Amino acid sequence: MEVLVYLIPASLFLGGLGLVGFFWTLRSHQYEDPEGDSRRILNSQWDDRPKPDGEMDQEGKP
Amino acid sequence: MAVTDIGSAPERPGTVVCPGCVAGSGAGEGPELAKDARILLSLPTIHCAACIASVEEALQATPGVEEARVNLTLKRASIETSPDLSAADLIAVLDRAGFEAHELDPGALAATSNDKLGRDLLMRLGVAGFAMMNVMLLSISVWAGADAATRDMFHWISAGIALPAIAFSAQPFFRNAWAALRGGRLNMDVPIALAILLAAGTSLYETSQSGAHAYFDAAIALTFFLLIGRYLDHRTRAVARSAAEELAALEVPRVTRLTGEGQEETVELSAICAGDLVLVKPGGRMPVDGEITQGASEIDRSLLTGETAPVPCAPGDLVQAGEVNLTGPLVLRTIAAGRDSSLHALADLVAVAESGRAKYSSLADRAAKLYAPGVHIIAVLAMAGWWLGTGDLRVALNIAAAVLIITCPCALGLAVPAVTTAASGRLFRKGMLIKDATALERLADVDVVVFDKTGTLTQGVPVPMDAERLHPDQAAQVLALAQGSAHPLASALAKDLTARGVEPAALEDLREVPGYGIEAIFAGQNLRLGRAEWVGHEGALPDETATWFAGPDGAVPVALRFRDALRDGAGKAVADLRAAGLDVQLLSGDSAAAVSALAHEVGIETAKAGVLPAEKAAHIAALSEQGRKVLMVGDGLNDTAALAAAHVSMSPASGLDAARVASDIVLMRSDLTELGDAYVTAKRSVARIAENFRLATLYNIAAVPLAVAGLATPLIAALAMSASSITVSLNALRVR
Repeated sequence: MEVLVYLIPASLFLGGLGLVGFFWTLRSHQYEDPEGDSRRILNSQWDDRPKPDGEMDQEGKP
Repeated sequence: MAVTDIGSAPERPGTVVCPGCVAGSGAGEGPELAKDARILLSLPTIHCAACIASVEEALQATPGVEEARVNLTLKRASIETSPDLSAADLIAVLDRAGFEAHELDPGALAATSNDKLGRDLLMRLGVAGFAMMNVMLLSISVWAGADAATRDMFHWISAGIALPAIAFSAQPFFRNAWAALRGGRLNMDVPIALAILLAAGTSLYETSQSGAHAYFDAAIALTFFLLIGRYLDHRTRAVARSAAEELAALEVPRVTRLTGEGQEETVELSAICAGDLVLVKPGGRMPVDGEITQGASEIDRSLLTGETAPVPCAPGDLVQAGEVNLTGPLVLRTIAAGRDSSLHALADLVAVAESGRAKYSSLADRAAKLYAPGVHIIAVLAMAGWWLGTGDLRVALNIAAAVLIITCPCALGLAVPAVTTAASGRLFRKGMLIKDATALERLADVDVVVFDKTGTLTQGVPVPMDAERLHPDQAAQVLALAQGSAHPLASALAKDLTARGVEPAALEDLREVPGYGIEAIFAGQNLRLGRAEWVGHEGALPDETATWFAGPDGAVPVALRFRDALRDGAGKAVADLRAAGLDVQLLSGDSAAAVSALAHEVGIETAKAGVLPAEKAAHIAALSEQGRKVLMVGDGLNDTAALAAAHVSMSPASGLDAARVASDIVLMRSDLTELGDAYVTAKRSVARIAENFRLATLYNIAAVPLAVAGLATPLIAALAMSASSITVSLNALRVR
């Protein structure tokens, strides 16, 4: 049973990471255009290299 | 949230303008200076990944555009530009790329562009979900047989996770319950808040006493499920609200004002005062009530009165805000603008009609009225019984908590929002926007449908009837004349004749006489197309929309009559509604001939013509007094009072702002085919809601005796709660 001393904090920590990730997606407006975002994956723009800096930040979006 | 906002502020030039600077820059130029360099465009036709890419590429390739982003869900593009680029430039760019675009007024959209409440609810939902999963894992170990010190430790860890999570996530329920109690009322949130608090409190006490049963998992699961219901409810309303705001934002309130020196300047409508001179171009809507000082034209009053025939006007005539100028530019001296204009005076009429509408209490409210006291009485009785019977307050409190948790209105809280979300989604895909939360329930009660004619059953666009009877030479001359004007009758004629393959005749000296017609010289002879007396005909046709053509000198003028084309699907809608057993009526401000012809065409038996706006509202009120539930469908100012007085109301998106505000459902598409389906969907949703209430009650009937008898364990509570919530949600999905 001593193993619980590690396992419970570990599971809480991992779950907490998920929660923090959820907060991040929420704060960076990632649920504002679910339909468009699901289709942008089909766009071949920026397939070869990432979008250049300055347009990277999600918050710049109104 | 605050960090994000501050971080992004410098990127928006519009937000940098400080109110003090605007105030200091001199009056009159305020709107010009405060002009936001962010432009919002509505793109009604985009639908796929390729559309997003082409729109963004076209915009980004335009010099001056800094950043362009398309939102497909809202069908909108927001563009950051240098201040010298206007929306009209970008609309032209998109038009060349093959996309229809309209400018949106960012001011009218401000309320929903930043959906704080929705994000707040999602955040609480995320926390509750995280806590529920972890507490549930620990609870499973307890149910599986962990005991003594291990069980106590698990309970303490559960408490450590659940209590802060509840304190954060369940705040909306606590706030609503407190507001209701302070107002001396009971709502659904009172038993919810009580169940959550009592479950958390007794569990904490039990844990400190090394008790066997703790309900932390139930308390947090209850919060989680109910937050889902709350969020669905919020989303449905937010979608409808933002679409309704978008309709309002499409009418950008800008007016062309003439300054003392005769210069034109574009200003916000709110800046116009009585006495200002305003220029209204052909095709524009009168922004204010005023007197014509210059120009002659014809005006379309159909949105205000329901008449289809254009009315001629000349200097000295009075016009009202909302009328449409058809042929020539007009200069108005403003008599009343904004709040004082007749458009706004009508809002008072609507307010009166609305207060007359019996206050409708929703199904959820009625269920809560039965449910909340019932649950409290059972819980108190169980506690009193066990306290008297055993003399042990701790046991009695535990039993009361178990009763409140088992009867948790989880399923009741989900019963209504899950169904309305599914039904609103279905109708939204069919082009119907449910603005009011209880609109579906009210639509299901309806037994009479009253239609307006002009602009509702018809398109409000004239279609020529006599074009095929014209001699080919005459047709060529009429087409050439008609092409010289933007008047709706002329453009309808031009379109119709072009479609028939007519080639325009070669005319000389073509000129439009505003308010009268078009004239030109053909082979040395004078041709005219326009009003009867102007072309030399005595006496117009009664009750008909017509224009006259005077051929080469000496010929007898020919009448070209028009009818108002039916909207697509109008006949089907009427037939569907009648097939569903509803009484369908037609009320119009138009002439008797036009009304009876149309009533016959779509198959309506009860039709009334020449009805004044107040009479429409009175007719609805009379029907309501007979105990009938009326669905009013209308689009104009003359319908607004009737729309507000009806049990439930619909208006097409092409209608006037005031009509859309007064109605519960907005028809976003121009055809009416799905109207019958809306009624059927409403009926089915109400049936599902009733089923959901019955399902939830069934679970309670099975579980309450166990709880009162003291046999309910946290495991049984968790099972009953999850099972009832899932069945209710699945049942709701059947509406889709």
